[in-house]
Amino acid sequence: MAVEIPEVKQSWPNPINTVKIGATKEEGGTRTSTVTVGGETTLPFYHFEGEIPNPPVVAMEIWDVPGEEWPPAVKEPFAEVMHDPGEWAKKCVEEYGAELICLRLVGCDPDGANKSPEEAAAAAKRVLEAVGVPLIIWGCGNADKDNEVFPTVAEAVSGENCLLGTITEDNYKTLTALCTAYGHKLIAESPVDINIAKQVNILALDAGFKLEDIVIYPSSGALGYGIEYVYSIMERTRIAGLKGDKVMAMPILCDIGREVWGVKEAYAPREEVPEWGDERLRGPLWEATTAYVYLLAGADILIMRHPEAVKAAKEAIAELMGRNGGGSS
Amino acid sequence: MILIGERINASFKDIKRAIQEKDKGPIQEWARKQAAAGADYLDVNIGAASRKPEDMAWLVEVVQEAVPTPISIDSTNPEIIKAGLKALDGRPVLINSTTADDAKLEQLIPLAVEYNAGLIGVAMDERGSPQDVTRRVENGAKIFAAAVEGGLEPERIFLDPILMPIKFMQEQAKNVLEAIREYTMLSDPPPHISVGLSNICSKAAERSLISRTFVVMAMAMGLDAAVCNVLDEELLKAIATAELILNKEIYSDSYLQAFKMKVAGS
Repeated sequence: MAVEIPEVKQSWPNPINTVKIGATKEEGGTRTSTVTVGGETTLPFYHFEGEIPNPPVVAMEIWDVPGEEWPPAVKEPFAEVMHDPGEWAKKCVEEYGAELICLRLVGCDPDGANKSPEEAAAAAKRVLEAVGVPLIIWGCGNADKDNEVFPTVAEAVSGENCLLGTITEDNYKTLTALCTAYGHKLIAESPVDINIAKQVNILALDAGFKLEDIVIYPSSGALGYGIEYVYSIMERTRIAGLKGDKVMAMPILCDIGREVWGVKEAYAPREEVPEWGDERLRGPLWEATTAYVYLLAGADILIMRHPEAVKAAKEAIAELMGRNGGGSS
Repeated sequence: MILIGERINASFKDIKRAIQEKDKGPIQEWARKQAAAGADYLDVNIGAASRKPEDMAWLVEVVQEAVPTPISIDSTNPEIIKAGLKALDGRPVLINSTTADDAKLEQLIPLAVEYNAGLIGVAMDERGSPQDVTRRVENGAKIFAAAVEGGLEPERIFLDPILMPIKFMQEQAKNVLEAIREYTMLSDPPPHISVGLSNICSKAAERSLISRTFVVMAMAMGLDAAVCNVLDEELLKAIATAELILNKEIYSDSYLQAFKMKVAGS
C-alpha cells in the first residue's frame, strides 16, 4: 500500500537578516575574504521548505595573551604560537581552515594582565596583518574596562567591518556608538533569556543602531550544562524572526570553545576519571557534539577552539548543507 | 493584529466634501497619517458622498498616490467595489464586504479570486443584522463555506460578527464575543475575524475606553483584525499588550516600542 506523506511545508513571511563581516580592499578594508551569514527563509537545514543562502561558519578563538589556563588537550596544538596573536591566528586559518578569527581581549581584564587599550589595539592590528579573514573582537567582560578599551580598538580596526562584542542590557551605549562611528557589526548578548535578547536589540535600535547589523549571542552552554535551555531559546528566537518579529530576525552566534573547555567532561584527565577515556579524544568530541546541537538550533556563527572539533563541525555543516549529496533540493 | 484604518470614509464630513469636490488633500493626509500610525490596510468608502463607481476608482487612485499601504475597498455595492479593484496598482487588497446573501456571495467571491483579494464577510443576511449568537454563527459559516468552495484559502477570509453600539444594544456585545469564539472553530487554521470597532462606541461617552476594552476582550476570544481608529494611541497600546498576554509576541521591557516599530513597518 502506498504511503502518503502529508504536505508539511510552511512558508515564513520574514527572512532572517543577512550580515556581512569583513571588508576587502575595494570595500575600504584589507581582508582577502569576507563572511556573510543569515538570510534564511526557513528553519535550520529545512532545504525542502526554504532557502539557506549562507552556510553557518566556524570562527576560531585566539587570545591577546597566551591561553595559560586552556586545558592541555586544547592548548597543545597551539603551544608554539600562543605567544603571538598573529602567529596563532595564522595557524588557525592556514592549518585548520578558520573562516573568521575571534580575538578575545582576555589580557585586558583588570584582574589579569590588565593590558592597555593601545596594547589591545596592537594585538588586533597584528591579527589583521597576519591573516586575511574577517575578525571578531570580544571584550574581556569587565564592562568598565571594555568601555575604556573599545574606543581605541574600534578606531584602530576602522574600515575592516569587524564584529565587535558584546553589548548587554546594562552596557550598550559605548560599543553601539563605536560600531556606528567606525562601521563595525555588533554582538548583542543576553543571559539565556529571550525577553532580554529582544530588549537588548531594542536598546541598540533606540541608540540609533541598525537592526540589520546585529548578531545575537543568547549565551551558550556546553553539552550537559543547560544546552537544552539555550536550544529552545534559539529555536523560539528564530521562529519569531521568521514569523515577522524584526527585532528577533538576526543571525545567531554561539561561543562554544570557551564553554566546553570549562567543563570537566571535556578536560578531566584520564588519570582522574579512567572510565571516561582519553581526554585528548573526549574533549574535542565534546566540543564537536556541542557544535552539532547548536547548528541544529539555528547557529550561524560558531566560535570554537580545538582543530579536530573545528574539522568535525565543518564536515557536519557541509553535509547538512547538502554538499555531500545530503538534503539540498 | 491586522489594523485597518477607518478614517477615509465619507461618513466623515471632511472626506465627504473631499470626494464631492475631488480634493485630494484631506484624503492623502489621512492616508499618510494612518499609514504612519501603523495601518496594515486603509479602508476607503465613498458612502453617501457618491453612488458613482468612478468615484471609488478615483478615491483608490488618490490613496495609492500617497502611500504604499494595502487598501480595503469598502462598499455595499458590488459595482462600486469592482471599480475600486480595477483601479488598483497591484498592491494587496481587501474587499469590504460581502454578506451571507447568495446574490452577494455569487458576485463577490469570484471577484476576490480574480483580484487575489482578501474578503470580509459580515454575518448579516437578507433578514438584516443578527440579534443572537446562532444567526451570527450560521451566517459566518455560510460565508466561510461558500468562500472556500469558491477557491479562497481560510487566511484570505475575514468574518465580521457585526458589532453594535453598546449605548443602544447593550446585550449584543456579549453575543459578538461568543460568535468570535465559534468562528475560531470553523477551520484549522481559522479564518481571520474582524470587527468594525468604532461601532461599539457610537454616540457613547468614553469612546476610546469602550473601544479598547472591547478589543482586548475580543482578542482573547480570537479576534485578529479590526477596522478602527489607528490614531488612538491608547487603543494601540492595549492591542500590543493583549498580543503579549496571548503569547503572540515575545515580551521585552520595551515591548511598546517594539510594537510601534512593527506597526511603523521598520
